[in-house]
Amino acid sequence: MATMSTRLATVTLPNPVLTASGCAAAGRELHQFFDVSQLGAVVTKSIMPRARSGRATPRMAETPSGMLNSIGLQGPGIESFIANDLAWLAEQGARAVVSIAGTHTDDYVLLARKLAGHPAVAMLEVNISCPNVESRGQVFACDAIASSRVIGAVRRAADPAQPVFAKLSPDVTDIVHIARACADAGADGFSLINTLLGIVIDTDTLAPALGGVSGGLSGPAIRPVAVRCVWQVHQAFPHLPILGMGGIRTGLDALQFILAGASAVSVGTAVFGDPSAPVRVLAELEAALDERGLASVRDAVGLAQRNQRARVSA
Amino acid sequence: MTAVQLQAEILSVQRVGEYLQFTVVAPEIADGFQPGHFVAVAVGGAQSSMILRRAFALSGATPSDRFAGTVQFVVAAHGPGTQWLVGRTAGELLDIVGPLGNPFPTPSGATRAVLVGGGYGSAPLLPLAQVLLDNGSEVEFVLGAATAARLFGELAAKRMVGRVTVTTDDGSAGEKGLVTDVLPEAIERSSAEIVYACGPMAMLQAVGDIAGKHAIRAQVAVEESMACGIGVCMTCVLPVRAADGTSRFVRSCVDGPVFDALNVRWRDVGRLPGDLLGADAMGGH
Ligand SMILES: Cc1cc2nc3c(=O)[nH]c(=O)nc-3n(C[C@H](O)[C@H](O)[C@H](O)COP(=O)(O)OP(=O)(O)OC[C@H]3O[C@@H](n4cnc5c(N)ncnc54)[C@H](O)[C@@H]3O)c2cc1C
Ligand SMILES: Cc1cc2nc3c(=O)[nH]c(=O)nc-3n(C[C@H](O)[C@H](O)[C@H](O)COP(=O)(O)O)c2cc1C
Ligand code: FES
Repeated sequence: MATMSTRLATVTLPNPVLTASGCAAAGRELHQFFDVSQLGAVVTKSIMPRARSGRATPRMAETPSGMLNSIGLQGPGIESFIANDLAWLAEQGARAVVSIAGTHTDDYVLLARKLAGHPAVAMLEVNISCPNVESRGQVFACDAIASSRVIGAVRRAADPAQPVFAKLSPDVTDIVHIARACADAGADGFSLINTLLGIVIDTDTLAPALGGVSGGLSGPAIRPVAVRCVWQVHQAFPHLPILGMGGIRTGLDALQFILAGASAVSVGTAVFGDPSAPVRVLAELEAALDERGLASVRDAVGLAQRNQRARVSA
Repeated sequence: MTAVQLQAEILSVQRVGEYLQFTVVAPEIADGFQPGHFVAVAVGGAQSSMILRRAFALSGATPSDRFAGTVQFVVAAHGPGTQWLVGRTAGELLDIVGPLGNPFPTPSGATRAVLVGGGYGSAPLLPLAQVLLDNGSEVEFVLGAATAARLFGELAAKRMVGRVTVTTDDGSAGEKGLVTDVLPEAIERSSAEIVYACGPMAMLQAVGDIAGKHAIRAQVAVEESMACGIGVCMTCVLPVRAADGTSRFVRSCVDGPVFDALNVRWRDVGRLPGDLLGADAMGGH
């Protein structure tokens, strides 16, 4: 049996399959289908300093092998999150990767401080796919300087024992350029990828399908884009760990991300169609490693890149 | 109530007007069933490009005894997912999650109730009527649809209760008009203490208004677009007023689908009212 444990910077997880932010709430609802402490970790819905209503409905449109969402980060705010959600995860013995979001650099700093020292928090995932109020609403993740400012500030404010992962948007010309800005600012790793912006027009109402007009595209439709982003960032920063995601539905999908350079994966949209998808993906991944004679997850990380180099030099 | 995910064999598929009624073998769902529960069904097979489940209210359940328990639901062919579903036949397997949502609240003692169904919205009201009759309540039905073929459950309703009023938009069955045209009379005639309703949102809002005018409660089951059905995605929200006066976006899949009509801010559905909890934090996006 392959060794499933994996490392994300200074944190060791028992296995490399996690939930994805915004696709598992804080794990409680999924717990009726499987024990969430069996996962590598639960990645929680991006939390902000205060309660947020989210956007008007409709918030969702199904698309071929995917969906658009425009939830708008509905959430209870950090105090309630720590008192209820994080406390519940701690009780279950589950590891939490807490996703934080803000509209000002100060928001992120406040969140990182509040989460410092909490025993259930394995690491922080910094969702920088949010409009930066200080820069006329431009998304942080599309601007190398703004990204580096947020990641640097979070790294300084956060508990040194909690790795800080920058979650990047694929909606950029050169993702390696943004990744480099984050790495230079002290990011301990990357979460790749967030959703891609899209629009669906309802041909009955002759208007946009979503209340928020545009939304984030997720699901199997984006998988090749996500694997490409993981490949490019791993190639540029082979020593920085990557949490890969985007359309993972099976163990073989997860294996693609690991072979491209991810040390762990998040299963997001697939949960909506199959609530036990994360544990199924974990079992399928383990079987896939065994079938291929790969002794550990670690051996498989970035293997496709090494094989490609061998093929080119041969 | 915890939900389960299972591969349910289709026992039968029956045509009822424009709808198909499915009976599937799902003992864990049947045993926990209460009227108002719904199921979420995967569509298109294992390699489907339709990645989200479709929600259907349960129209009945037979708990396990000598045979494994079954549940029933009614499907109206609509878009690609329901088109696929209506092509299924007995013996095939469906991937089903349920029971989901909160059932209709029912009083412990006898009451007088009017049950209002629009189109296939009458489906969850049939088992509800049975529960109410079993506790000694007086029940009457108001069933409406666009056309006679889109009525559901008229015969079953007539078998259960003395009074069933039918309306259709085109007059092809019963009285020509809307359920809300005949509802006030039904409430007054039966001295109803409560109204239960399921159907299109506009109908539920109007039913709620009429119940309010008669100073009685309306418990209504809503139909909001859902991505997960289990409470993890936040797509299915409605603006709902809580007891403390605060309004929030609440998930209709796990906090509903049954709501007291009085608490739903119908006119704000599809909008972001400024006084909603957390609306002030939306400046950024
Ligand atoms: C609690 C609940 C109970 C329901 N009960 C019944 C029932 O008893 N019988 C019945 O025929 N239908 C019922 N519906 C509606 C049914 O779920 C939709 O008609 C169906 O999802 C449409 O799928 P489609 O593939 O035909 O359409 P598409 O337009 O292809 O669907 C695309 C996506 O939008 C969602 N969607 C589209 N229309 C609706 C809608 N009206 N409501 C919710 N989601 C929608 C689908 O789930 C899917 O994810 C219920 C819905 C809910 C939320
Ligand atoms: C409904 C929904 C809500 C999401 N919410 C968040 C969020 O709050 N924060 C975040 O960083 N990503 C969020 N995402 C993005 C996912 O975490 C993930 O990066 C993306 O969906 C790609 O993975 P997938 O195809 O497996 O879903 C959300 C995605 C969906 C579908
Ligand atoms: S449908 Fe996902 S939270 Fe209700």
